Amino acid sequence: MSEPTANPHHVVGPKVYLAIGGTLLLLTGATTAISFVELGVFNAVVALAIAVIKAMLVVLFFMHIRYSSKLLKLTVAAGFFTFLVLISMVMTDYISRAWGLW
Amino acid sequence: MDSQAIATSPEHTPSVEHAHPPYLRHHFETVEQQREASSFGMWLFLLTEIMFFGGMFAAYLIYRNWYYPAFVAGSHQLSIVLGTINTAVLIGSSFTMAMAVYSAETRNRKALITYLLLTITLGLVFLGIKSDEYHEKWEKHHVPGLNFSVHDFVNVNPAYPDDKPLPLDMAEKTQVYFSLYFAMTGMHALHMIIGISILIILVIKAYGGSYTDGHVSTIENFGLYWHFVDIVWIFLFPLLYLISRHQ
Repeated sequence: MSEPTANPHHVVGPKVYLAIGGTLLLLTGATTAISFVELGVFNAVVALAIAVIKAMLVVLFFMHIRYSSKLLKLTVAAGFFTFLVLISMVMTDYISRAWGLW
Repeated sequence: MDSQAIATSPEHTPSVEHAHPPYLRHHFETVEQQREASSFGMWLFLLTEIMFFGGMFAAYLIYRNWYYPAFVAGSHQLSIVLGTINTAVLIGSSFTMAMAVYSAETRNRKALITYLLLTITLGLVFLGIKSDEYHEKWEKHHVPGLNFSVHDFVNVNPAYPDDKPLPLDMAEKTQVYFSLYFAMTGMHALHMIIGISILIILVIKAYGGSYTDGHVSTIENFGLYWHFVDIVWIFLFPLLYLISRHQ
């Protein structure tokens, strides 16, 4: 029986949680503030980029993936990758149709 | 295998057999392996949840592209202030949930109960603000199928005086925006209600001394669920409230 790939369990402490929680609140304030600035198409790009950064912070630290085994890291990465593939294929199908021409 | 081998095998002598914590199931070799397996299972469940919400996000992206002016006008009816407050409240509840996991790991029963109760409170604050927003939608006739009027969309929105009123056929399409708004925030709210219900059970069991005996998988996996619900909102907030502000 092989050993599990995890290191001995890593307890994440209050300091890390406070730092991450504070960063998430700052990013929330930033994304709202930036939404009041006219950036054209980049309003959506910036807002989604900040959302991705926030989600990554939550996954890595609140959900402990930063300290988890390779199995869990790969599981999470495979899940998000599959999601991106599915979204891309939906969008590819959508933009390659002659909407409105029939 | 002959039975004598089992009887004489050192790993089956009673003293060794019970030299493990009572919460280690017999089909696992170590506590760490058991923990890994349960986290893996929880993450697989969360991946199905990503696909579930992902379908609605895909529908939102395509319909926003399709009925763009209607989606902009619909989005301009939401309160960015309430959305921002709710985002902060939910991030706060994720922080208290993370601290609850930490309290369970450090076997601090009092802190665990306090943080779980704080998480419940912040979750209820979020749902309270959300229901206030829903109530406003009802009063403004923005609920497709039940109580909808194009009035606000064929006239100038006082909060956005630069917006041109929509033609009637496009104004009707704001119902697509509000349908997706209610589907996505409603499914998110349902996840919060389920989460709060489970939290109440966790608090009751924590009072009885559960989760602070070294067996933290239940609290840890519930934490994963709660943080996932937070992540869904982290994407709903910019998509529904923010990105159409200047369009």
